[in-house]
Amino acid sequence: MSRFSKSILVLALVGASTATFAFDSFKGVGRPATSAEVKAWDIDVRPDFKGLPKGSGNVERGNELFEEKCASCHGSFGESNEVFTPLAGGTTADDIKTGRVKGLSSGELPQRTTFTKVSTISTVFDYIQRAMPWTAPKSLKPDEVYAILAYLLNLQEIVPGDFTLSDKNIGDVQKLLPNRNGMTTDHGMWPGASAKKGGIGNGGKPDTDNKACMKNCKPEVLIGSTLPEYARTAHGELAEQYRSFGPVRGTRTLGPEAAKKAAEATTMELATKSGCMACHGMKSKIVGPGYNEVMTRYAGQPDAEGKLVAKVKAGGAGAWGSIPMPPNGHLADEDIKTLVKWILSGAK
Amino acid sequence: MGDIVNKPGRLRPAPENFLSEEQVKAVAAGRRDFLRKSFLAAGAAIAAPLAARASEGDPAILTLPEWSTSLGQPVATRPYGMPSKYESQLLRRESPGLARVGGASVSFCPLQGLFGIITPSGLHFERHHQGWHDIDPSRHRLMINGSDDSLLKKPKVYTMDELMRLPSVSRIHFIECGANTGLEWGNVAVPTVQYTHGMLSCSEFTGVPLKLLLEDCGVDYKKARYVLAEGADGSSMTRTIPMEMVESGEVFVAYGMNGEMLRPENGYPLRLVVPGVQGVSWVKWLRRIEVGDQPYATKDEAVHYIDLQPNGLHRQYTSIQEAKSVITTPSGGQTLLDKGFYNVSGVAWSGRGKIKQVDVSFDGGINWQTARIEGPVQNKALTRFNIAWVWDGKPAILQSRAIDETGFVQPTYGQLRKVRGTKSIYHNNAIQSWKVVESGEITNVQVL
Repeated sequence: MSRFSKSILVLALVGASTATFAFDSFKGVGRPATSAEVKAWDIDVRPDFKGLPKGSGNVERGNELFEEKCASCHGSFGESNEVFTPLAGGTTADDIKTGRVKGLSSGELPQRTTFTKVSTISTVFDYIQRAMPWTAPKSLKPDEVYAILAYLLNLQEIVPGDFTLSDKNIGDVQKLLPNRNGMTTDHGMWPGASAKKGGIGNGGKPDTDNKACMKNCKPEVLIGSTLPEYARTAHGELAEQYRSFGPVRGTRTLGPEAAKKAAEATTMELATKSGCMACHGMKSKIVGPGYNEVMTRYAGQPDAEGKLVAKVKAGGAGAWGSIPMPPNGHLADEDIKTLVKWILSGAK
Repeated sequence: MGDIVNKPGRLRPAPENFLSEEQVKAVAAGRRDFLRKSFLAAGAAIAAPLAARASEGDPAILTLPEWSTSLGQPVATRPYGMPSKYESQLLRRESPGLARVGGASVSFCPLQGLFGIITPSGLHFERHHQGWHDIDPSRHRLMINGSDDSLLKKPKVYTMDELMRLPSVSRIHFIECGANTGLEWGNVAVPTVQYTHGMLSCSEFTGVPLKLLLEDCGVDYKKARYVLAEGADGSSMTRTIPMEMVESGEVFVAYGMNGEMLRPENGYPLRLVVPGVQGVSWVKWLRRIEVGDQPYATKDEAVHYIDLQPNGLHRQYTSIQEAKSVITTPSGGQTLLDKGFYNVSGVAWSGRGKIKQVDVSFDGGINWQTARIEGPVQNKALTRFNIAWVWDGKPAILQSRAIDETGFVQPTYGQLRKVRGTKSIYHNNAIQSWKVVESGEITNVQVL
């Protein structure tokens, strides 16, 4: 408790020092925001649904939109673990009743999905609206956000297939979220007022209590875990991640052939950095076709390079299945050319 | 092994800048003179006259180098200075397999090669949620509004021109991702301090206390007890911050970092600084501040950055980075060159204030000695510690333990897991252990 009051005192002193700046106003600095400006940027939706736009969308429409705009990363059923952690799955009908996802404590859950964690439906609406789709954030209209969310809720078996989600009934859906009772704020890591004082948490009380023992602190040293052999080499040549002089050297983990591999990996890195590897594999289909499949199909075609560069840039659908490739306007032309040449020459 | 690399400046240069695995094994097996033989052979083959002169002294002294016998480069050859070409190995790096998309990934700061407490801006760790942009500062705006009109009288817009006219503060603070050391909750997973602790940096930030801006807009502190910060990037990332921290004057909107403008990867031209709180709250490319009367449960406080506990509940709104420390030299993935004296060095930090004391153990936590702290110690900033060590060539386990001004002592893995289990991902501040074996190789281990 004394710790807490001391920090308050320190904060008060810091506060006092900035108060010396207190002019009545910073004349000539800043201007009133217009209501149109506030409307354009103030898009957040709170747990009490303040900020929620009016609108509606049904599961069927959501299914179409999801396939078109979301499935390339998240999989058709929000189940994909290829690019991001899965959105859907992992909850039961019983969880919907209790509001606690049982798999989180029983250890039965192989991986947490968005709906095994989230306790506020506003969070999902807010995030789809502000940040999705990945390459064209803020392009969805409110009705589209409702529809996509309706589809996700249906995947999670929270709402039926003929459901229409709207600003009118989203509050009822909140009461069905499988992990709605799954959060706790009973901890000491909130830096503001405690729950007792109208804020959050226990007021900064830590949950561990180590003692600064100095001599003969324990009878023996228990090693809980050591570095697995695969992890020793998974991060590349450690000798090349430290200076070549000084008190120590980086440990040689791979050997000289590593340098050769690294050179070959440069274009691969560009492909990874550009986000291509999220959907394409070298040989076979992940979400989009494998590079070697692309090479085979375009082999011998006139201006294969030009055609592919245009496709990468603008995106497209139909050539390899129903899942479209998003446009890649964010990549430099030179980089796209490098990648296309690499693919056509048998990327490896 | 002393014969191997101890010779630069002592009359025999090393053939290589590292020990190969075979060399390490050979040394470990007791064949300590094998390299000396391979040296002599190599030296004789390449440069017989040099080898002959080596008996008179160090060729690095006896033969004047080109930098002593020729004209150097003029001023402003590099109008923006760069590190020496010999420093090219210390880079921000990704951890393979951690993320599938570079736009939502992490690059780790090479703590193993840094000195003091300030992170060079080009090596500051990165964490982006939807890629980074180089924003045109003339088109950047900061909007301040309320969740409703009663909380803030005058919603306002500020340009960079205007923000940079206001009274500024410059303060040194650490920034640590809440998921730093998150890969290690269950077991040892990564080899070096870059990957165990490298979502950590420390800079001098310059900017305007948020308190001044909110007061300029007529905030009602009685009603508005929470602040939402929002970025201008694609993800427009949002986080809730308590008004108590803003009122204290600690929180500021920063444009400066280490004497220059923020780097684009770190939020150019404007980011929030929330001292002691995990990096995700230091919203980059800051475009909007909203004051409200309740927390916002944003994606990064309701889906991610929530800490799973053994009872299946997630802790929500965990924000403070509790006291933590790590030895950076020597550390995992490195090999000691020789027996004898070493300056063991590392950093300590606490989101609850100043570091009061750092203790170091060389025997896996049975006995501890207090390290020397390099002052002045800053509030919620990295603090460098050093301690002398004479390595006798025997196995050792190095640990450091931070104590902050609240008296909180950094926990062991055993203590942390007892309360929080192993699936929390976030806020792992356990004592780090580095194991040294006879060959001098150092690896990451966990002592319970």
